[in-house]
Amino acid sequence: MIILLALAVGIGVGLYVEPTVPLGLQPYLPIAVVAALDALFGAVRAQLEGIFDDKVFVVSFIANVLVAALIVFLGDQIGVGGQLSTGVVVVFGIRIFSNAAAIRRHLFRA
Amino acid sequence: MPDTKPRTTSAADSDTAPEVSPAPGSPWRALVRLRATRAQAIVALLCGLLGFALVTQVHTHESSGGLAAARQEDLIGILNDLSAREDRLRTEIDGLETSRARLLSGSDQRQAALEEAQRRAQTLGIVAGTIAAQGPGIVLTIDDPKRTVGSDVLLDAMEELRDAGAETMQVGSVRVVASTYFTQGADGMAADGQPLQAPYRFIVIGDPRTLAAAMTIPGGVIDTVAAAGGGAKAAVASSNHLVVSALRPPQRAR
Repeated sequence: MIILLALAVGIGVGLYVEPTVPLGLQPYLPIAVVAALDALFGAVRAQLEGIFDDKVFVVSFIANVLVAALIVFLGDQIGVGGQLSTGVVVVFGIRIFSNAAAIRRHLFRA
Repeated sequence: MPDTKPRTTSAADSDTAPEVSPAPGSPWRALVRLRATRAQAIVALLCGLLGFALVTQVHTHESSGGLAAARQEDLIGILNDLSAREDRLRTEIDGLETSRARLLSGSDQRQAALEEAQRRAQTLGIVAGTIAAQGPGIVLTIDDPKRTVGSDVLLDAMEELRDAGAETMQVGSVRVVASTYFTQGADGMAADGQPLQAPYRFIVIGDPRTLAAAMTIPGGVIDTVAAAGGGAKAAVASSNHLVVSALRPPQRAR
């Protein structure tokens, strides 16, 4: 519940402010968003399994975002940024799907 | 990335977080539980940050149309694609313009050929007597009150007119063509089987002065007619506009 509330507040602020992303950060923002989404789905799953820990969530959220951005940054430096971005998105996409499947099993027992 | 794995999959975390016990009853209860602690505030902050970043990214992506946020190598790829496409299209334009020029000159030639053919058809129609003709010329009238003028005189007159450059002519209501003949019988004169009544009128298209001179030279048609006797005489009248309107039905090719 608190997650949904906070998400709504963040979306509302984003819509209200309409910020422009600095040019240097533009390649990393989508990757960071996907990584954070993965952390969020993992947290929901952990909550459903009763093993949710605030500290683990905070650390994994920040680390996910930073590591993903770092990977893409390194890829950009060695000229394979586009491919690495795709790879990161694929990996996070798979993890999001598996977490979503676990959440679904918990909620609907199916 | 490995940070999240033990949290979601291993059982070690559940031991280190004993205060969060599995939700009693429905799992939905676990989602809606609200606890106001400092840690929950941080979680809420992060979630709010996520929502903010999400909206920002969507907004940036929509407003920039994708190109401004694209990477350098992607932009180079797009540029190369566009250049190759432009080259291809230019080649196509060249080919199409070449074929257009070819078709234009071809239609010019066809137009010229068509005009030439129409001109020939006109000329041949006049010669064959299937279409009417008009223009300057003379009217040769042969008066023959006592029917002393023979068919040979008329034939001579026709030949003289042809030699003098007559383009086409008619005698009486008969169009004169290459095969025209004169006959003389008990019932009078006939041209191509059509009876002719005196005075015989030749309507001739051609240069009036040349035609008139050819008729009036000594020993010419006028003299010949006068020599036939019986009061026969021939007269020439020039005109700038004559119409040869007698027609012949077109003949089927044999």
